Amino acid sequence: MPGVDGFMYPNEVELQWSVLIVLYPFITGLVAGAFILASLERVFNVAAVKPTYRLALLTALAFLLVAPLPLQMHLGHPERSFEMMFTPHTTSAMAMFGFVYLWYLMVVLVVEIWLEYRRELVLAARASTGLKRLFYRVITLGSDNISPASLRIDDQVGRIVTIIGIPSAFLLHGYVGFIFGSIKANPWWSTPMMPIVFLFSAIVSGIALVLLLYIATSWIRRATVDMPCVDAVATYLFYAFLVDFALEMIDLIHRIYEADESFRALDFMVKTRLFTSQIVLQIGLGTLVPIGLLGLTQLLRLRDRTRVRIYVTAGVLTLVGILAMRWNVVIGGQLFSKSFLGYTTYKMGFATREGLLPAVLVLLLPLGILAALVKLLPPWASADAAHS
Amino acid sequence: METTRRDFLMVGTKLLVMTAATAAALEHVLAGAPEAAAAGPYNTAEHWWAMLIDVEKCIGGGHCVRACKTENNVVDEPMYFRTWVERYHINMSDPDHPIVDSPNGGINGFSEKYADGDGKTFFVPKMCNHCADSPCTQVCPVGATFRTNDGVVLVDKDYCVGCRYCVQACPYGCRYLDPRTHTADKCTLCYHRLTKGLVPACVEVCPTGARQIADLKNPNDPAHEYLRTHKIQVLKPQMATGAKVYYNGLDGAVR
Repeated sequence: MPGVDGFMYPNEVELQWSVLIVLYPFITGLVAGAFILASLERVFNVAAVKPTYRLALLTALAFLLVAPLPLQMHLGHPERSFEMMFTPHTTSAMAMFGFVYLWYLMVVLVVEIWLEYRRELVLAARASTGLKRLFYRVITLGSDNISPASLRIDDQVGRIVTIIGIPSAFLLHGYVGFIFGSIKANPWWSTPMMPIVFLFSAIVSGIALVLLLYIATSWIRRATVDMPCVDAVATYLFYAFLVDFALEMIDLIHRIYEADESFRALDFMVKTRLFTSQIVLQIGLGTLVPIGLLGLTQLLRLRDRTRVRIYVTAGVLTLVGILAMRWNVVIGGQLFSKSFLGYTTYKMGFATREGLLPAVLVLLLPLGILAALVKLLPPWASADAAHS
Repeated sequence: METTRRDFLMVGTKLLVMTAATAAALEHVLAGAPEAAAAGPYNTAEHWWAMLIDVEKCIGGGHCVRACKTENNVVDEPMYFRTWVERYHINMSDPDHPIVDSPNGGINGFSEKYADGDGKTFFVPKMCNHCADSPCTQVCPVGATFRTNDGVVLVDKDYCVGCRYCVQACPYGCRYLDPRTHTADKCTLCYHRLTKGLVPACVEVCPTGARQIADLKNPNDPAHEYLRTHKIQVLKPQMATGAKVYYNGLDGAVR
């Protein structure tokens, strides 16, 4: 059979989960990571990263809104997907996604953003007229009280929501890891490390994304990049990356040393079909190079301009590396036969329902949503004020 | 028309042969329906279905694959099978790494490939193991796939969302997404036949009797005697799925 080396069970020849399912953990990871960065400022009072706080929240929201889309596009019967909410099968890891998602979206993220922006929304409602006024009035949910006492309550409630939010963000992405890690039929996925590795790689990717977005939006607005802020964010990225890399290496070394029945098959796969995406992109360009670059900024005294360039390079490489990691988990887990006797090939379409084009559009869509959110709820006012 | 003695003998002989053939056919049909004796409506609580596969009897003719595709209207593409046959070839110098093939699921049988005395070669029919603790039903987000009271794993096509999680969760590669309905599909153990007292199509057509349906709740089922007197193995026992396709003569190299 074309594309098959050795022996596959016949039903395995065709891959089940496409590039869209690669995007699903990538996007939810960005959400969780961006939110955890925002929480640092809020809960641990890290003043230096404050300029990224609102941007991180809006980024998390923009990507979270898109997160279910690749799943819907992939389903054989998307019109039945609501059954997962109405008649969930309690033993299914996947059935919990709707609840974890809604909890995170409605209880954590939207509430926190609303509390953060309430004062400005009320002021905007007062200052505008006509339809615009109506819009802002609806968004404020009719609340008009911005007395210092009421804002203090907002702040306290917001803090509590963030404190609930951190374990929720951990839950959201740890849970996505569990979807893969709990499949005992697949030795490439089945490891209790999976939720933890997913979680830390999520934190890494989310921090990298917010760092890049902050620098990019500063350039677009022709504002100066707040160096203490990006330095602090880059330091977090560096240390989160070290933990993430250590976890991934523990998993890898453990697999190599144990060398169980699946090892020969998986080892061969990594050295051949996954070599570019796993060794070159994920571990080399996507992990070692950015860790090295970020390490340089920790060791050497570099000029501001050089540091920003390094942060941008490291950030982009990080995102490429984490995307490659998702690819290697999702696609890699389907390239070998569960008989361990052969390998198949993933044939990605272009303009097909699950092809490259829709995947690229799904990845760009959150950036469009973020642009709209930034217009509607400008994150800069307070950021610039905090800095001045 | 005058009937000669010659005509009489010819017609008489033909009639005799036909009657004997009819009687034999009738006996065959009845033999294929051992459960028909249990008259009355089918009661799921009275059955617990399993399958016996005798690797030593399988000749790789592919009758089972063809019968299954026809009986169950399985999509006619060479990658979707509810049952298929694998040919294992084991070189005695490297018994851990068998050479396996299953051209088009073995639907047209196998052409000669290995010479006599060159290692050992045998056929392994594969199908859904109708696991008692099946990982595929565990992961279904909507409960569209389930194990029946009588031990058969089925899919509700009108409920399946087509997420393919069950396909990923099956350690044996027994599931696929039907490209016509966009829902998961798999062996039903010919449930439509079982509940009428008939045996699955693959069992019905196997010329060597390598496949036998077994009702483990029926004390008179010969399967009990078979399981007692043979060395039985299931596929991938380390998966602890409660697989109910019991193989006789299964080589340790089979995955």
